[in-house]
Amino acid sequence: MTDQPMVRFDNVSKRYGALTVLDGLSLDIARGEKVSIIGPSGSGKTTVLRMLMTLETINDGVIWVEGEPLTHMDKGGKLVPANLGHIRRVRAKIGMVFQSFNLFPHMSAMANCIEAPMTVLGMKRADAEARAAELLDMVGLSQKKAHYPSQLSGGQQQRVAIARALAMRPKIMLFDEVTSALDPELVGEVLQVIRQIGREHDLTMLMVTHQMGFAKEFSDRVCFFYQGKICEQGPPSELFGAPKNERTRQFLRAVLEAG
Amino acid sequence: MGIRTLVGMLVAALAVIGLLATQTSYSLFLPGLLQGALLTIEIAVLGSVLAVVMGVLAALARLYGAAPLRWLATVYVEIFRGTSALVQLFWLFFVLPQFGLLMDAFTVAVLALGLNVGAYGSEVVRGAILAVAPGQWEASIALNMSRAQMLRRIILPQAFVAMIPPWGNLFIELLKSTALVSLITLTDLAFKAQQMNQSTLKTVPIFTLVLLIYLVMSLAITIGMRFLEQRASAGLSRGRAA
Ligand SMILES: Nc1ncnc2c1ncn2[C@@H]1O[C@H](COP(=O)(O)OP(=O)(O)OP(=O)(O)O)[C@@H](O)[C@H]1O
Ligand SMILES: [Mg+2]
Repeated sequence: MTDQPMVRFDNVSKRYGALTVLDGLSLDIARGEKVSIIGPSGSGKTTVLRMLMTLETINDGVIWVEGEPLTHMDKGGKLVPANLGHIRRVRAKIGMVFQSFNLFPHMSAMANCIEAPMTVLGMKRADAEARAAELLDMVGLSQKKAHYPSQLSGGQQQRVAIARALAMRPKIMLFDEVTSALDPELVGEVLQVIRQIGREHDLTMLMVTHQMGFAKEFSDRVCFFYQGKICEQGPPSELFGAPKNERTRQFLRAVLEAG
Repeated sequence: MGIRTLVGMLVAALAVIGLLATQTSYSLFLPGLLQGALLTIEIAVLGSVLAVVMGVLAALARLYGAAPLRWLATVYVEIFRGTSALVQLFWLFFVLPQFGLLMDAFTVAVLALGLNVGAYGSEVVRGAILAVAPGQWEASIALNMSRAQMLRRIILPQAFVAMIPPWGNLFIELLKSTALVSLITLTDLAFKAQQMNQSTLKTVPIFTLVLLIYLVMSLAITIGMRFLEQRASAGLSRGRAA
């Protein structure tokens, strides 16, 4: 059971009409592994995360979480498309942080963090609040519990969103360009928080990022996506230090020039 | 228009009614008219409650219901939007008894007006739900909420704010269409005025009072809805104005 990958994409394809966005993706992610996904715009990076979060359906293949199918369920030895009950049970292990924060605007930072623990997990308010206070403290927002999203800076909102996702105690955290909507001076505080939860929690983390420096320092493995396929992957030292594929080299050159 | 202006108008209208009531040529008609107004208010309030319930149910059924439910809701909305409230009143009051379904006039009035306005209201509710940012749904899914939990806790509270002004318009429409109920034997404000006018021919005092009473009622609705809107949007946009 322990050598079971935490996440397995098994020959997964995603199409929008005639457009194939992901083409037979196979990818295993180990428990506790930190994986960064990089690649040009439109290469399918976001789609990978959204499929795992069940925000998108898939057209082919199976996604597995801890040895259990997420998109499918076992029926008499055959895999059939999962029903909502099955999906909800498996997806409880996954949390996601979005580029545009997506905090609930009608709720304070604290209320954002206790909403799902109370309604979904059935936690008591006092317990949920204690846990949320701990998390908000960890992301450096113990002074902002009563603030509404509109009263917070982008960096603060994103940190609340991270605390909100962690409050559900996921085993897998997905980050989709979580610093791209932020002013440059606010990027650091959010990356610092991600670094910290990477150290403190036994989380499997999958992040799409344009921050090559962060990907290099933080991840165990980097996957370079190109046109819906993993074009090259490996430890950051190899992928950034000595990329084998010409497309990877081109992409990294272009990113370095722009940055 | 600011809420203060509206309250000012309401106070002024009430003051004029009070002033006119000091003269016997006016005060003579006031008790009868107020009696009619009471029936108008009863029908308008109950009809509005029914309209909101039907509007929300039909919108949810059309957006998220299983096929038969969706179909049923669409039929309801199209029938009640596509035919006039007058025809609906007549149908419920004169035609249905032919098929053995007999209801008293008051029930028919509330049903017909509530169902009619509810059909329009369902479009208001539907539009407001669809206008909530997709990211709110996605965040709710990422937090593993059920569809019902998302709607109740995340989507509807945000859609609610956008629904308030159009519902205010619908409530006023409903208030005005209560004048139709005299055609099914009910003695509402408008009918009471006609009766009194026919027997006394005092057209000016009677219809001046009627106008003022309707104005007071619709201003009360507008002010109530404005107040609700301010309260509701305060929660959504705290600090944004600063
Ligand atoms: N709902 C949709 N309908 C049609 N096409 C879509 C849809 N969502 C995504 N796509 C297409 O799928 C492809 C991959 O999109 P995706 O968002 O995964 O790219 P990405 O690698 O995250 O790009 P970026 O770096 O710009 O965020 C793109 O060509 C995009 O236009
Ligand atoms: Mg993307």
